[in-house]
Amino acid sequence: MFKIEPDRSQYPAHNPDGSCDIDLSSGKYVKIWHGPNHPGITGNMSLELTICGDEVVEGRTRVGYLHRGFEKLMERRTFIQVFPIVCRVCVPEPDLNEYCYAAAIEELAGIEVPDYANWMRTLILEMGRFNSYMMYLGGQSGSLGMGVIGQWTTYVRDLMLDRFEELTGARVYHMFILPGGVRDVLPDGFAARMEETLKTAERYLDDVDKVMFQNAVFNKRTRGVGYIDPALFDSYGVTGPTARAGGATTDVRRDAPYLKYDELDFEPVTGTDSDIWARADVRRRDTRLSIDLIRQILVKMQKPGEYFAKIPNVLHWKIPYGETYIRGESSRGEYGYYLVTDGTGYPRRINVRGPSYTHAMALLERLIVNTNISDVGALMVSLHTYPPEIER
Amino acid sequence: MRALYDRLKDRFQLGELTRQRPDLGFVTVGRDHLRALLVELKDVEGFTHLVLFTAVDWLEDGQFQLTYLLNNRATAQDLGVRLMIPREGASMDTIHDLWPTAETYQRELYEMFGIDFPGSPRVDEDFILEGWTDLPPNRRDFDTKEYSEATFAERAGRESHDPRDHMKQKLYPDGE
Repeated sequence: MFKIEPDRSQYPAHNPDGSCDIDLSSGKYVKIWHGPNHPGITGNMSLELTICGDEVVEGRTRVGYLHRGFEKLMERRTFIQVFPIVCRVCVPEPDLNEYCYAAAIEELAGIEVPDYANWMRTLILEMGRFNSYMMYLGGQSGSLGMGVIGQWTTYVRDLMLDRFEELTGARVYHMFILPGGVRDVLPDGFAARMEETLKTAERYLDDVDKVMFQNAVFNKRTRGVGYIDPALFDSYGVTGPTARAGGATTDVRRDAPYLKYDELDFEPVTGTDSDIWARADVRRRDTRLSIDLIRQILVKMQKPGEYFAKIPNVLHWKIPYGETYIRGESSRGEYGYYLVTDGTGYPRRINVRGPSYTHAMALLERLIVNTNISDVGALMVSLHTYPPEIER
Repeated sequence: MRALYDRLKDRFQLGELTRQRPDLGFVTVGRDHLRALLVELKDVEGFTHLVLFTAVDWLEDGQFQLTYLLNNRATAQDLGVRLMIPREGASMDTIHDLWPTAETYQRELYEMFGIDFPGSPRVDEDFILEGWTDLPPNRRDFDTKEYSEATFAERAGRESHDPRDHMKQKLYPDGE
């Protein structure tokens, strides 16, 4: 087995409560910024690190580089005008935002979505999840110096974006899931082309398995690093693959099935070690699960039928007072929309619950203490954070 | 959900239960009972997961609604605990000792709504907005358009046309 780094928690000296007395003028400590312009950071975020030698003694997550006030913007718009904004909260996997928002509106307005539209939505969500995992695998390997894997996964993601393009007309922000249903049916020959894409993806994933997961450097640097105690999962709001890598079986797709997940045959992917390697491994196997689910969906989908329910005139659409919460399983964990309406044509409040909000703030700030500075990038990427979910 | 409500109703003087879905309900509670209710739900009833903690601004009523959404993983049920506090000098007890992750939510509520949580770690530290001195921006009485117009200069060189006159001028410059 690989040797785990010795416990360095005794240096520098810690107080009984685990904190350090940091005196920057003593010359023992240096404060550095990891990000936002750093290849080892996921997008518009930075970590303010205080280091002693090569060891991090304190880390603070700083966000705000991308704040556009999505939630505030939504309050000023009619229900249909909100719809092009929601997908922008998460770039790599925008479709879940569209689903959660649409489902919340449908629930409060009492709209029944046709069966075929639900199948289409399930398909789109799994395609989005696959894409998000592709970005993750590239980012995780890149954070440890294996840049070429990112190029492969970007290529495979691009093939899936081609499928998105022929289905929705757009590559990144699809805006396909509308309140009431979806915008179109599957194009002719879509299933065959999708099968071709999935086969290519599997071939590349086989290569990733060999080059990344059987790589001695990757194993040495990720096993036993960034361990999250499963006892902390609930107190720190840890969900999704990050929790499943520590033995939890939480998966919204199975715990509270939405759309057509109860008609699909699958078991949540779990791991045991709760370290960076286990999290990468769970996501790698979850990618394979997504491929399997896409195949199942394309077989089980019935012939094109009605795909859009009748909705009121969107220019004069008023929704009675109510509040609800809709959740879904994203590639990072539990994702949800809390919507409050007040009987007018505008939402009173929309709150986005992104998994990065809990993972990248309180949890990361705790995990980062006592790690080696060279592991910071890998640790942060292993939580699969997307900053717009924090600052929305 | 109903059985749970009946068990807790009298002890914590809960308001009416709103059953949004079979697995999602909302109850209103008074400030004096909030903490005891959250502890009971977390330690006894199995609602161990704080899904989200946010505020809704009811400007017309002069109140903020705080929503603590809790999830019971074993039964896959959600319970939203609502609490109304006055907008004037809004302040609430911290719950970061129950869920450490609440620290982040409370920092955000302090910055975006101006709701104070005395005792919460780093609550007055900048979260998203650096050096913000205006009204907390997620309050309903903060007007984003007005703020933009007052803060940023209009971009020069932009002019608007009446489409009809513009096309007429473009197609028939001689006025025929």
